Amino acid sequence: MLSQLWAIVQRDLLSEWRAREVVIGMLVMALLTLLVFNFAFDLTGAQRVASGSGAFWVAVVFATLLGFGRATALERQEGAWEGLLLSPVERPVIFLAKLVSMLSFVVVVEAVALVVMAVLFGLPVFRSGVLVVLALGTLGLCTLGTLFSVMTAQAKAREVLLPALLFPLAIPVVISAVRGTVLELSGFSAEAAPWKSLLGGFVVLFFSLSLVTFGAVAEE
Amino acid sequence: MTVRQRGVDWLAVLGGASFVLVALSVAMIFVYAPADATQGDVQRLFYLHLPAAWLAYLSFFIIFVSSIAYLLRGRPLWDRLARSAAELGFIFTTLVLLTGSIWGRPIWGTWWTWDARLTTTLILWFIYLGYFLLRSYVSDPERGARYAAVLGIVGFVDIPIIHMSVRWWRTLHPQPIVVRSEGPAMPTEMLVTMLVTLVAFCVLYVFLLWVKYRIETARDEVLALRAAVEG
Amino acid sequence: MTRPPTETGTSDPYLEVEGLVKRYGWKTALAGVSFAVYPGECFLVLGPNGAGKSTLLRLLAGVVRPSAGRIAWFGRDAMPVPLDVRARLGVVMHRTMLDPELSVQENLHYFARLYRVSEAASRIREVVVLLGIEERLHERVRQLSRGYQQRVALARALLHRPSVLLLDEPDTGLDQASRRRLVALVREHCAHGGAVIMTTHAQELGIEVATKAVYLERGRVLWSARDAGELREALAGSASLVAV
Repeated sequence: MLSQLWAIVQRDLLSEWRAREVVIGMLVMALLTLLVFNFAFDLTGAQRVASGSGAFWVAVVFATLLGFGRATALERQEGAWEGLLLSPVERPVIFLAKLVSMLSFVVVVEAVALVVMAVLFGLPVFRSGVLVVLALGTLGLCTLGTLFSVMTAQAKAREVLLPALLFPLAIPVVISAVRGTVLELSGFSAEAAPWKSLLGGFVVLFFSLSLVTFGAVAEE
Repeated sequence: MTVRQRGVDWLAVLGGASFVLVALSVAMIFVYAPADATQGDVQRLFYLHLPAAWLAYLSFFIIFVSSIAYLLRGRPLWDRLARSAAELGFIFTTLVLLTGSIWGRPIWGTWWTWDARLTTTLILWFIYLGYFLLRSYVSDPERGARYAAVLGIVGFVDIPIIHMSVRWWRTLHPQPIVVRSEGPAMPTEMLVTMLVTLVAFCVLYVFLLWVKYRIETARDEVLALRAAVEG
Repeated sequence: MTRPPTETGTSDPYLEVEGLVKRYGWKTALAGVSFAVYPGECFLVLGPNGAGKSTLLRLLAGVVRPSAGRIAWFGRDAMPVPLDVRARLGVVMHRTMLDPELSVQENLHYFARLYRVSEAASRIREVVVLLGIEERLHERVRQLSRGYQQRVALARALLHRPSVLLLDEPDTGLDQASRRRLVALVREHCAHGGAVIMTTHAQELGIEVATKAVYLERGRVLWSARDAGELREALAGSASLVAV
């Protein structure tokens, strides 16, 4: 099971390493979002912790959406997805593999975005608390994203459908991640704790729910 | 399935009952119940607002249960039930938001406030919207039904979490000054009116759900017939 | 529904299909198809475009769920198709199912791991030689021609030594030499007790390999042939019909 999971993840990463069609697009999206936010709100002024955290998460969410859309579209082009569905791999393993692949793409994007935040806006982003919030938020977002990107991949107007499904359901993640990041950046680690537990609970709940329901979704 | 049934036509009985009850509650709202001491006549909207909110969430609960049943059993009846409940739920959610806004304007001084319950209801409205989009954009209805069932389950589980996160988010933010009329207990007339309206709406809801379910059944039959003729 | 040409085979069927229906809304792709496939048979599915041939194969492979009817693989109900059955099916579809960014070798290795092929390296070498793709093993699939990709797709389907091959127009893009290779391969597979279920537009190719056939039109079995002779006759008949 683990070897199958690793085989899928390895293929996804190798394929992306050669084509660079997903991560580059996500990066451009994330950086441009930060840039635009810099003009919309002053990300260097007194409010920079609050606006910076918001800008960062909006950038991550947009990039993630774009990445999911692109990755699923690419995988369906030559029928690689069909090949995966045909194979004797447990459906939860497919879900896990897709989640891990997408997580690794998002982490690359986040790493770059964090550096940008640290350098351009002078925010102390490389704190363990911030990174914990980041990890949990990303996990929550990608869990829902993996489930819904599979459902929307074959649909008409999938570019509309994926955000329409993902945004409302991901609101707890976005709220907790932004609030948690703001509090961690301002040094209020204790106040950030409930947000982290909310994120943790969200991740556990929807991770298990996705594993159970993925079988109903993983079909052409 | 035949539309005409032998013996008592329970659907007609239910329809009649809901008509009478709704008429009664309208009369009670405007005649029997007194005007609110602080809010005046606007408060009468509340009699509509509360049952609508309750039914909006009840609908999603029905979707949740029938979605689980559909994924486990795969019988089309569960999908029809979910479809029916979704449309009613969407209508009632819209009603909640509208009445809430109309009520909020004179009382809170604004059409909209990011109050936790209001915000959660707005998100619920968007989830319903996504639910319909999903069904209409997935070309194979059987697959669409399965996807919608997954969304119904995930969405329902998410709603309390959404509510919790929005509430925390509000309490950690400056809140608009809102007059909460928790004050003295509701006069008996108001309470009775409220209860009658609630019962009336519930009966109406069952009636509408039943009718909608029949429409969905008929729709499936038409599809099957069309498939038999043209396919 | 059309009764399948029943076989008085000595062994149990690999596949039994009864009243298989697939609807997409009011569109019917398959309207009640029944047949059985026994070990050693090459079952040909013929018909015009949109007759439901691909849908049938996709249902059998377990990528799509039927609306009604029954599929039994290897004597067991297979809805949804269980993993151990999937492991015994080798499938070629319209799309190659290969990752275009990976080399032939990497693609085959990937699928060998998904199917848990034992001694993957030597098995990959075997199928590569079988399909004559050894000299371009390290090229990316993206750079290969359609015909060449098709050969890799065939190699992929054979990799895990499946009992049954589901081939949806496997001759797409193949040159004459490769077609001969395909014919030999299908015959070989059946001779060793495997079964093949195949669609094709190339009738000569079909006649060469088929032991049984059905002709689908608008999701229904129009006629079926119990052996190659009957198939030849039926095809000649329909050809003359077309000619008129």
